[in-house]
Amino acid sequence: MSNVFELEHVYKTYKNDGKEFTALKDVSLSIKEGEIFGIIGMSGAGKSTLVRTLNRLEEISEGSVKYYDKELKDLKAKELREVRHSISMIFQSFNLLNQRTVITNVEQPLRIAGVSRKERKEKAREMLKVVGLEDKENSFPARLSGGQKQRVAIARALAASPKVLLCDEATSALDPKITGEILDLLKQINEERKITIIIITHEMSVIEKICDRVAIIDDGELAEVGEVKEVFRNPQSEAAKKLVFPSNPFDPSDPDGRLIRIVFDGLEASEPFIANLVETTGQKVNILSANTRSVGGIGYGQMVLELPKNKEDQDTVVSFFKNNGLSVSEVNREHE
Amino acid sequence: MSDYIIQTIQKGILETLEMTFFASLLSYIIGLPLGVILYVTSKGRLLENRIVNLILGTIVNIMRSLPFLILLVLLIPFTRFVTGSSIGTVASIVPLTVGAIPIVARMVEASLCEVQPGIIEAANSMGASPLYIIIHFILPEATPSLLQGAAINVATVLGYSAMAGVIGGGGLGAIALQYGYYRYQKDVLWTTVALLVIMVMLIQGIGGLLAKKKRKV
Ligand SMILES: Nc1ncnc2c1ncn2[C@@H]1O[C@H](COP(=O)(O)OP(=O)(O)OP(=O)(O)O)[C@@H](O)[C@H]1O
Ligand SMILES: [Mg+2]
Repeated sequence: MSNVFELEHVYKTYKNDGKEFTALKDVSLSIKEGEIFGIIGMSGAGKSTLVRTLNRLEEISEGSVKYYDKELKDLKAKELREVRHSISMIFQSFNLLNQRTVITNVEQPLRIAGVSRKERKEKAREMLKVVGLEDKENSFPARLSGGQKQRVAIARALAASPKVLLCDEATSALDPKITGEILDLLKQINEERKITIIIITHEMSVIEKICDRVAIIDDGELAEVGEVKEVFRNPQSEAAKKLVFPSNPFDPSDPDGRLIRIVFDGLEASEPFIANLVETTGQKVNILSANTRSVGGIGYGQMVLELPKNKEDQDTVVSFFKNNGLSVSEVNREHE
Repeated sequence: MSDYIIQTIQKGILETLEMTFFASLLSYIIGLPLGVILYVTSKGRLLENRIVNLILGTIVNIMRSLPFLILLVLLIPFTRFVTGSSIGTVASIVPLTVGAIPIVARMVEASLCEVQPGIIEAANSMGASPLYIIIHFILPEATPSLLQGAAINVATVLGYSAMAGVIGGGGLGAIALQYGYYRYQKDVLWTTVALLVIMVMLIQGIGGLLAKKKRKV
């Protein structure tokens, strides 16, 4: 599979009134055709800056960004506009034309590309159907809910039949239920239209739900890239650990007690393994934190447990989990 | 009031409307593009260009800071050159237009500044050209605000048109001056004042209504 984007040693330094700020430091990564690629990091980490270099809304200071082997910084204004027809973008604030109807909004990219009036009406209607808003074509955006506005923005983004869809915090302004619906829609678009999707977020749940691979950006640097499952199971960088393992909400009952983390993926979500533990071994554990998800009936995530006091009992519990295909690691209290 | 004065006032109304209409139209034909240029060339905008922005901005500021009465006098040779005369309704349209252009330009610029930057960013990400973005994104989004500004501008031009009466322009201003000031006929003075006030209010009302009807947010 070929690479859609290839970033090599990208630096971005903002200069304002003599002050300099380096928002991206030596970022190198590649994004494969057809994947859903997540970019996550804290606020101000440089996520938006990074994604904006992909369609050259942001000029890089150093390094190279290639789109299908085309060096973006070498493109002339007209060539860049041509490239942008195939890279759509959606935003946290939707950015729809408020004074225009829904269908006119969706038609914009086609109009820019010079498609005839009749053809673009047809295409726009088709796209509104994809996002489930065919009955809203003559409404104005002000009359729509946030979720509906983002659907219009997605329809608009799809209208020009792009190869890539960039999403900058596309679900951050929406509640969890609507976020879920929008993510399902993006997944469907990725599968049916073979569009490569790049998603920026500060929410791990978004990454978990639909991304194939994830990049973790920390203070302008690329902390980690990998398969979402891998990063979840075995985060390498501090930044990744912080995101994957949220700090314990509960204190252990015994400050010196032994804590373990169990990480599971590919486990039947319906399997009540804590109950099974109690049933088969008679041992009880104290759940200090849990971060679990079920995707398509498969559970994955992690839990921090406090083990019983007695060493023998501890071993029974640990071997029970191991025998059930869960990975177990010790939790070092200082690092939590 | 005599029939003669009533006829004079009727004629004055038409002249005032004529001056206001043409001066407003002409000042928008020049002021609107000027305002767009001021906007797009300013810092951080679509076609940032410090030199163009500085030159046009300075000219506009100087023109705007001149009191209209002074501008009227200064422009007499130019008016004569353009219209062949320096008095009368048609001649007044020239200084009125020149005086309104910088006001229109700044008002247009302010309206365009209200457009959310995100909308322009979205347009850019779609690969739209700067001209396309101005025509199909910025101007439509700013239309309600532009209409509101236009109502204020037209009312200002109407007010200025009364001043043009001082140096031999026509319209209600000239009548007020002639009968109210030189002949001290208070009824004529107040009639023309009332008419001017009503006209300004009508313009504001219509402008506001149009803007409201257009605004979808
Ligand atoms: N035009 C600019 N001039 C100067 N500094 C900027 C500019 N744009 C962004 N920055 C800085 O660059 C850093 C990264 O910004 P960026 O918008 O990429 O962060 P982000 O990861 O998207 O954050 P958020 O989650 O809050 O959107 C921030 O510290 C920000 O202050
Ligand atoms: Mg951001």
